[in-house]
Amino acid sequence: MLNYIWAVMILLGIVCSIFTGRLDTLAQAALNSAGDAVSLCITMAGVVSLWMGLMEIAKEAGLIQRMTKGIGPFLDFLFPRIPKGHMAREYIATNLIANILGLGWVCTPAGLKAMEELARLERERGTGTPHIASNEMCTFLILNVSSLQLIPVNMLAYRSQYASTNPTIIIGPAILTTLISTVAAVIYCKLKDRRAVG
Amino acid sequence: MKLLTSFSDIIIPCIIFGVVFYGILKKIKVYECFCKGAREGLGTVVDILPTLIGLMMGVGILRGSGFFDILGMVLEPVTARLHIPTELIPLLGVKMFSSSAATGLVLDIFKTHGPDSYVGMATSLMMSCTETIFYTMSVYFLAAKVTKTRYTLKGALLATLVGTVISIFLAFQMAGL
Repeated sequence: MLNYIWAVMILLGIVCSIFTGRLDTLAQAALNSAGDAVSLCITMAGVVSLWMGLMEIAKEAGLIQRMTKGIGPFLDFLFPRIPKGHMAREYIATNLIANILGLGWVCTPAGLKAMEELARLERERGTGTPHIASNEMCTFLILNVSSLQLIPVNMLAYRSQYASTNPTIIIGPAILTTLISTVAAVIYCKLKDRRAVG
Repeated sequence: MKLLTSFSDIIIPCIIFGVVFYGILKKIKVYECFCKGAREGLGTVVDILPTLIGLMMGVGILRGSGFFDILGMVLEPVTARLHIPTELIPLLGVKMFSSSAATGLVLDIFKTHGPDSYVGMATSLMMSCTETIFYTMSVYFLAAKVTKTRYTLKGALLATLVGTVISIFLAFQMAGL
């Protein structure tokens, strides 16, 4: 799937630039983006290592387990087929909590670990085929895309930076919007899940 | 307001303190644990790098080519009919791939129209309710070594679509048009 999307992006972009007369600047745009990706990764390397290090401590100390218990009912509802006590549950819990609090930099490391654990779960089950996403993976990703963040802190900062008379006015509607898009995502996943399990 | 924006600044040191303190309390070898986790983290980032370069290069080409401007123009009759601000189309397109690129567009919109305008409100809400689809998908699925993503993309697009429609609707109401 991603193969086609990527190819379409590249091919469409180049064809498009012929019509807009920007073909000559396109090489620079491509190179700059690749450079940006590397700088992003350097920033990410520091942040992800920091949080994965802290997560390891939290895991060893049993802190993550306690958090997982806290949102246990949610996890049971969203991921009923992950056995209790599996590490996947704990990383999913960390990711979801960080997501709600808007700690973007904690979400990604926890999310990556969760995906690795979900892949391991598939291998343990022996029913899953490698390279094919499990239902849990689909649900987890769709939830992440639908964003669970309650207070859009970045947006508030940008709004006040550009002299909004009332930067925080968006909080209420933003929570409502996030809630509705997340509910839509959950309903979709549940329907798909039911059909897939049969 | 101050409290809210400083919330995320304060919470991080608090979490770090809490984790290290709790670890010491439980007699964990905190430093060794930290290094073990950090090593894994580094490995993960290195694994992601090629995907990220590929994806951002694709977005760079698409953006640089003016594709999103053309798309906005082509869709203008439709968007005008539905009272959707034209600026939102490129924003929506870019946001699916890269949130830093989208932030650039958001700041442009705030600069030209002001954050309290109809477009500004719709932008604020839209950016709050969904994440970057292709970035999240490619990075996360890479970690799980998955290539067949099944219904993930459809579900993600659905969530984005619902979020966008609600954002525009609420902004329309709030702007009192």
